[in-house]
Formats: sequence, C-alpha cells, structure tokens
Amino acid sequence: MDASLNKALQKLALEIRIGIVEQIRARGFGHIGGSLSIADALAVLYGKVMRYDPQNPRWPERDKLVCSKGHAGPAVYAALAISGFFPYEELKTLNQPGTHLPSHCDKNKTPGVDMTTGSLGQGTSLAVGIALGDKLKGRDSKTYLFVGDGESDEGQVWEAAMFTAAKRLTNIVWLVDDNKKQLDGYTQDVLPLFDLAAKFAAFGFDAQRVDGNDVGQVYAALTAPVGDKPRAIILDTVKGKGIPEVENTLGNHSMTVAPEVCDKWLAALNAQLAGME
Amino acid sequence: MEIVYTGEKDKRLFKEALGQTIGRLLAEDEDVLYLDADLMSCIGTAKLPAATGRAIDCGIAEANMVGIACGAASVGFKPIVHSFGPFASRRCYDQVFLSGGYAGNPITVIGTDPGITAAFNGGTHMPFEDMALYRAIPGAVVVDATDVPMLVAFLEMAKDMPGVKYIRVGRKNSCQVYADGSRFQVGKGNVLRDGKDAVVVACGIMVHEAMQAAKRLVAEGIDVAVIDPFTVKPLDEDLIRAYAAKTGVVVTAENHNKIGGLYSAVKECLDGEAKVGYVAVEDTFGEVGPQDYLRTRFDLTDTHIAQVVRETRKKAGK
Repeated sequence: MDASLNKALQKLALEIRIGIVEQIRARGFGHIGGSLSIADALAVLYGKVMRYDPQNPRWPERDKLVCSKGHAGPAVYAALAISGFFPYEELKTLNQPGTHLPSHCDKNKTPGVDMTTGSLGQGTSLAVGIALGDKLKGRDSKTYLFVGDGESDEGQVWEAAMFTAAKRLTNIVWLVDDNKKQLDGYTQDVLPLFDLAAKFAAFGFDAQRVDGNDVGQVYAALTAPVGDKPRAIILDTVKGKGIPEVENTLGNHSMTVAPEVCDKWLAALNAQLAGME
Repeated sequence: MEIVYTGEKDKRLFKEALGQTIGRLLAEDEDVLYLDADLMSCIGTAKLPAATGRAIDCGIAEANMVGIACGAASVGFKPIVHSFGPFASRRCYDQVFLSGGYAGNPITVIGTDPGITAAFNGGTHMPFEDMALYRAIPGAVVVDATDVPMLVAFLEMAKDMPGVKYIRVGRKNSCQVYADGSRFQVGKGNVLRDGKDAVVVACGIMVHEAMQAAKRLVAEGIDVAVIDPFTVKPLDEDLIRAYAAKTGVVVTAENHNKIGGLYSAVKECLDGEAKVGYVAVEDTFGEVGPQDYLRTRFDLTDTHIAQVVRETRKKAGK
C-alpha cells in the first residue's frame, strides 16, 4: 500500500480511538480494552476496504460488518460517526437512557450497525447467514466478521466456522481479535485457545496471522486475492492498544475512568494526530 | 370455519404434510429458506437440497442453524427451521431469543415430536416445556398443531409474519378437525363444540381427547363446549373469558407441563370468572414408551379430562 494511504488509515485509527475515549468519558465507564484493540482494523475497513453509503445504511448491496464481540460497540460507533452515519456529537450519548448507542451493537438502534450482537458467539452464525443470504441473492457484497479471542470459547463459533468452510463462503472474512485477554484475565489462564490460525486452517479456512494493530498488514491481508477457501485473519493485537495506561491494566475489559484521566488520554491522542499532519 | 371432526385418524401423516408444504413454499416463494439440523429424513425433505439451494442441512448444530437463519432473514429471506422439539427450543433458545426475537430477524421454527409424541425416543427427546420457553419470548407466536390443515395454514402464513413463530407438531397422524384449506387467524380461537355447563380449552393432540371427553359428558347431561385456541400465544383471551363467564367452569388440556403452557396462559387471562382445572403433565420429566402408554402414564386422556370437568364443576358448586 502506498505511504499516503497508510498514513490516512493510521490517522483514521487514531480518530476512532479518540471517538472511543470521548464515549467512555461521557458515560464514565465502558468496554474500552476490546474497543481499542480493533480500532486499526476498523480504520482499514471503513476507511478503504468496505463499500457502504452512510445516506442509505440499509442499502442491500453494501458490504456488511458484524462485530460479534458486541461489547466493542464504542469502536464501531466511532467508525460509523466518523464515516458519516450519524452526527459525531451523538457519541456522547453512549449508554444514556434512550440512546441509540447501547453497550452492545444493535442494528435496530444504530444507523450503520448491520447486526445485533452481545451474547458471545451468536454474531458468527448471523454473519455467516448474511453471507449465505447475499450469495443466494446473487449480490457481490462482502461480510466482515469480528470475533473475539475470548469469545472463541463459545462452541457456536466453531459450528459457524465449520458451516462457512462447508459452504465455501468466500464472501465473508473472519477477523479474530487475538488481544490475549478476556474479562477474567488472560485467555491463556482462563481457557487456552491453542493455535487459532492452525485451528481455522484445520476447519477449512485459508488462515493467516498478522499484526492487527498495523493498518498496512491488515490492509494487505484484506485485499489479497480470494481463493476457493474462506479467509480467517487472526489479528495479533493488544487489548487497550494506543493508550499505555489501558494497555498496562490487566482488567481492562471494562473500566471506570474519571473525566480528567480521559482528557489526558485525549490530549495524547490528539497530539499524535497533530504530529501526523 | 368448517369442522369435519369424526374421531377417525387422518390417513395423512404430519411428516408428509410437513415435507410437502415446505417443498411447495420453497417453490412458490423465492425468499423462503429452509434449514434443518440433520433431521430432513424424518420429515420427508431430504431431497429438497438437490432441488434448490434454499434447502440446507446444517448438521447437528441447532444454535448455528438458528443464527444462519436469522442472518439470512436480515438480508431478505424468510427462514423456516426444523428440529425435534427439545432441540428446536431448549438447545437454541438464546439464539432464537436474541438473534431472532430481540434482533428483529423473523424466523419460523418447527419443533417435531412434542411431549408424549416423542414416544420411543424417550425423556431426552420429550419436550413438556417448549411452549413455556417460546411463550416467554416477547411477541412470539406459539401453536400446538391440531391437525394437517392447521399445520399447512400456519406454515403458509408464518413465513410472512414478523418475529418468532413456533409450531410444535407430531410426525404421525392426528384426527382431522378442520376442513382442508381452512384459514386461521392469529389470536382467534375456534369453538369446535358449543356448550353451557363447562368449557374445555385444548390444543394439539389433546383436542381429540377433549372432543371424546365432551361426548362422554354430554351423555351424562353435562353440556360441554370445546375451544381450540389455534395460537396458545397470543391467546384469544376475549373468547376464553366469554366462555368462562358463560359456563363458570374452565378445564385446559395440553400435552405439556402445566407450568408455562396453555393452562398458564388461560389462568393469566382470567380474573375469577370461573373455576379452572387442568389436564397437563405434572412438573416432571418425560420417559420412554409407546404413545398410548405415555398417554395414560401422564393422564392425558379423554377420561381424565371428563373427570377433571366433573371435579371442577363440583368446586364451582354445580
């Protein structure tokens, strides 16, 4: 990828991180760790790879994104607001009464959210169903599915993976956010997942592992030629990526953060953004 | 509504009607998607995948099947999924509840072999709680199929309805109650027999038992009405309340746990208009055996219904 695109996507990733922190700041708490870890991949998708129309969020021919790790709603909302699906200021309504930005993604509430998720594992089958439906309808739309590493404890993830490969659904890409942690601690301690790339390969996928916090690597993986197997991209990420204090907090799945701490983080992120101009 | 009940068993099996109707709906409506969990051969649909890409065997993975159905629904399909009752309810309940109901993805679920119709598959396969589970999903429509015309009519209408729709149905045959081609309305019950001394509200295989019980009671001079609610949810509460007020004696009859099914639904809509008795499975698990044995084992018989009507009348001071 050329340097200007790389820089543009890095900037977008920073803007998404800023949007995440703005939401957490307004509410005082939220799922920050797993939102920050997918900011770079979301930047690549909404910044370059995906086909969508913010004026027509239900356009049938659009590409769809299912964030099966539904608690990363704040990351998705930031990407959607920046991409023009709804006013940026609305990010400050996260989890307020009557908001259209609930903790977990809800397609009936938020313009641009393509599927309701939150009960872990379920979004995988839903995304695969979307891909199957689009294929049967003859649409050339693609579906991008974010799955958590901790989420992959759920058996339904592997049912959906088997189905994806069995039906040779090459119009869906699985993006596994391997950020090494789940709510109770490290995945290695709670329930080891073994080699995720090897597992997806064994399930019939073309699986590869990339640095999921490097927009260049994620872009290269997403734009590589499609073979006859469905693709799984294991995103090697850091939970809380981009904010050292969050990265260094073990229990960073959901955090309560004071406004002045958020302001400090926002200042640092904005300084990085300014440095890229 | 033309009632053709004679007490004779229908020569047509439910499973044949299921297979034929699903095949016809796939042919008539290109948005219909039929998914099964390795039980196509049990309802005569095993040849459909070769005929259309919209009939898919998902393997023994009910949770995934429901998710696939709901995802496809979100991009324009009208999914119909099937498994045996316990697996079409308990095994994929969170998926039906959230991926279907909460997410607003319409889905029609067919659960075969409800209650004692599971017979030789035994307790592991014998759902006495599936209606309770589905009734607890906001906006869900719940039907216990009485006969082939009801099954066919429901499948025809359910595919175009929003929300979660659940129909439980045996695979063998039942007594035909409704004329072929009958149309039904969600939330509208049918009075199969009028009467002034008591009303039996029955669903599924218990409709036949209720009609037989009524025959016995009429011979004793007790004029019993029989109502088939069609949809256990939403229940035709106006009709139930009217007959409760008119007769003062209501008895429910269902092939289901007394908790959460038809008895619960009827009790929930009444406010002292009548004494209410029930014929249902007491709070217990299923077991293996021929359906006739289980019918007696769990007191799901016409004689038991008649007995409960007599007892409930006594409680009502009649």
